[in-house]
Amino acid sequence: MAKTASDTAGLIPEGLELPPARKGERALARRRRLAAYLMLSPGGLYLVIGFVIPLVIIVILSLSSGGGLFSSGGKTTFSWEWSNYSQAISDNWKIYLRSIAYAAIATTICIGLAYPMAYWIAFYGGRWKATLFMMILVPFFVSFVIRTIQWNFILGTNGLLFGPLKNLGVIPEDFHVLRTPVAVIAGITYNYMPFAALPLYVALERIDRRLVEAAKDLYASKSMSFRKVVLPLSAPGIFAAVILTFVPATGDYVNSTILGGPGTTMIGQIIQNFFLVRHLYTIAAAMSVILMLGMLVLALAYARVLGTEDSTLAAGAAA
Amino acid sequence: MSAVVAPSGLDGAAELPPPVKRTPKRRVTRFILPVFTIGMIVYLAFPVFVMILYSFNIVANRQVAEFTCCTLSWWRNILAVGELNDALVTSIKVAIPGAAVATLLGTFLGLVLGRYSFRGRGATNFIIFLAIAVPEIVLGSSLLSMFVQVNNNKPAGISVALGYPTILFSHIAFSIAFVAITVRARVQGLDRTMENAAQDLFASPRVAFFKVTFPMILPGILAGFLLAFVLSLDDFVITNFVNGTTNTFPTWVFGASRLGIPPQVNVWGTVLFTIGLATAGLQVLKARRSEVGF
Repeated sequence: MAKTASDTAGLIPEGLELPPARKGERALARRRRLAAYLMLSPGGLYLVIGFVIPLVIIVILSLSSGGGLFSSGGKTTFSWEWSNYSQAISDNWKIYLRSIAYAAIATTICIGLAYPMAYWIAFYGGRWKATLFMMILVPFFVSFVIRTIQWNFILGTNGLLFGPLKNLGVIPEDFHVLRTPVAVIAGITYNYMPFAALPLYVALERIDRRLVEAAKDLYASKSMSFRKVVLPLSAPGIFAAVILTFVPATGDYVNSTILGGPGTTMIGQIIQNFFLVRHLYTIAAAMSVILMLGMLVLALAYARVLGTEDSTLAAGAAA
Repeated sequence: MSAVVAPSGLDGAAELPPPVKRTPKRRVTRFILPVFTIGMIVYLAFPVFVMILYSFNIVANRQVAEFTCCTLSWWRNILAVGELNDALVTSIKVAIPGAAVATLLGTFLGLVLGRYSFRGRGATNFIIFLAIAVPEIVLGSSLLSMFVQVNNNKPAGISVALGYPTILFSHIAFSIAFVAITVRARVQGLDRTMENAAQDLFASPRVAFFKVTFPMILPGILAGFLLAFVLSLDDFVITNFVNGTTNTFPTWVFGASRLGIPPQVNVWGTVLFTIGLATAGLQVLKARRSEVGF
C-alpha cells in the first residue's frame, strides 16, 4: 500500500493533495493492522490452545511428581522433578540410540535412492516430468497403517517375496526378515520416501539449466559439472530431505510395532506404552520432551538455514 | 574436446567427440537412471498392488501372508465387519467438520501472513513452522497431557472425555498449520496489480476482494481443505493418543493388525485409494484445461 502511495505521489502535481492523502494513508494503515489482528485471532487462538499450551503442559508434567489414571483424579504436582529425566534417560538410552540409528540409516537410504530418481525426473523427465513425479506420490494415497501392514505380507515367512524362494529352495526354510531390524528399517525407508523425494525434486527442479550448460562450455565433464554445479545447488534440498525424513522417522512407532520384534523397540513405542498402557505420565512426558528437544534443535537448524517460509517445507509437509 | 566451433555445443551433432570417453557417461542418463527410476516407481507402488491383490485372497477371516487366488467374497461382503464400518463412519465424521473448521481458521491465518506485516508475524510463522516440524508423537502426547491435566484439575469445572470431541479438537489443531501454509503460498504468489487494477476501476476494497482476490486464492483454499481432509483421514499417531476407546479407520486397522486384519480392510483401502486417485486425476485434468484456457 505504501508503495502505491509513493507511486501516485510521483504522478500527481507536486504538493497537491499530498497531506490529506498521507493522513488517510495512516488511518488506512491502522485499519489494516486492526483487520490483520482480527483475522489472525481465531486461528492464532486455536493454535495457542491446541499446540502451544499442550507443549507447555507436557513440559510442566515432565517436571512434576505423582499422577495416575486418566479421570481417576490422580493429581500431579509441579516440583522440578528432574529425576523424571534422569530415569527416562537411564532406562531408555539404548532405545533412544537405536531409534536414532534406525532413523539415520533409513534417512541415508531414502536420500540415496530418492536423489538419482529426483535428478533424472527433474533433468530428463521432459514433458513426462509431472506425470512421473505424480506416480511416485500416488502410492501414498493409501493409509500409512495399511501400507505398513502390506509389508507384513511381502516380507512374511510365506509371503510374496520369500514364499516362492523357499519353495524353490533358494533360501533356507528358517530364513526370516520380519521382526528384525532390517524389516523395521525397510518399512521406515519405504514410508518416508516421499519426505525425501519431494524436497530433493523441488530443489533440483529449481536449478537454472544455464549454469549446467555454462559448466559444460567451460569444459567440465558431465560428472564434474554434476559434482561442482548440480550437487552444491541442490544442497538445501538434501538438507530439507534429511530433516523431513529423520525427524518423523525417529519418533515413528508404527513400523517398529507392525514389522518389528522384541529386539527392535523404538522410543515411540515406549512413550506410547507409558502414556496409554502404564499411565506413568510424568516419566512418559519427560521421554517425550527429550525427543522434542532433540528434534527441536534440528528444526531450528532448518529454520535458520532455509527460513520458516521456504516452499520445500510446504512440499515435504504435503507428502 | 573440440568444442571451439560451437560454444553451446551440447547437442554435439557438428563436433566429433571421442566416443570412448562419451559413451559410458551417456549410458548413465540414457539407460541406467531411467531404468532405476522405473524400478523405484514399481517399488513404491508394490505395496499398493499387494493391497489390491490381497483383497481377493482366499483366507478364513483374517489376512495371512500366504496368497491363495481368488475370491470376490470380501468385495461382496464389504460391510460385514461392524466395528470397521463404525470406525470408517467416525473417520468421516471427524474429517469433514475438522477439515472445514481448519480451512476456515487456516485460511484467515494464511491470508494475514501472506499479505500483511504486523507485530507478531514472525512469531506466528514460527509457531506454524513448529506445528508442522514437531514429530507427531510429541504433538499427540502433549495433547493427551493437556486433556489429562484438564480432567485432573477441572479448571472452571471443565472436564473432557477422551473420544470423538478430543479427536476432532486435535485434528483441527494439527490441520490449521497445513492449511495456513498452503494459503500463504498462494497469497504470496498473487499478482497484486490485479487488485490495484480493480480499485483503479472504482471497485470498493470489499468488491475488489470478493471479485478479484478471493477467486484467485480459492484454489489454495481448496487445496488446503483437501490436504486437511486427507491428513485427518490418514492420521494414526495423534488419534491413537487422544481417542480413548473411540476408533477411527487407521486406529482400528492398527489394533486389528495384531491378530491379523480382516480382508475387508484391503477392500476399503482399495476403495479409498481409487477415490484419491480419481480426485488427483481430476485436479490434473482441470489444471491442464485451465492452462489451455489461458
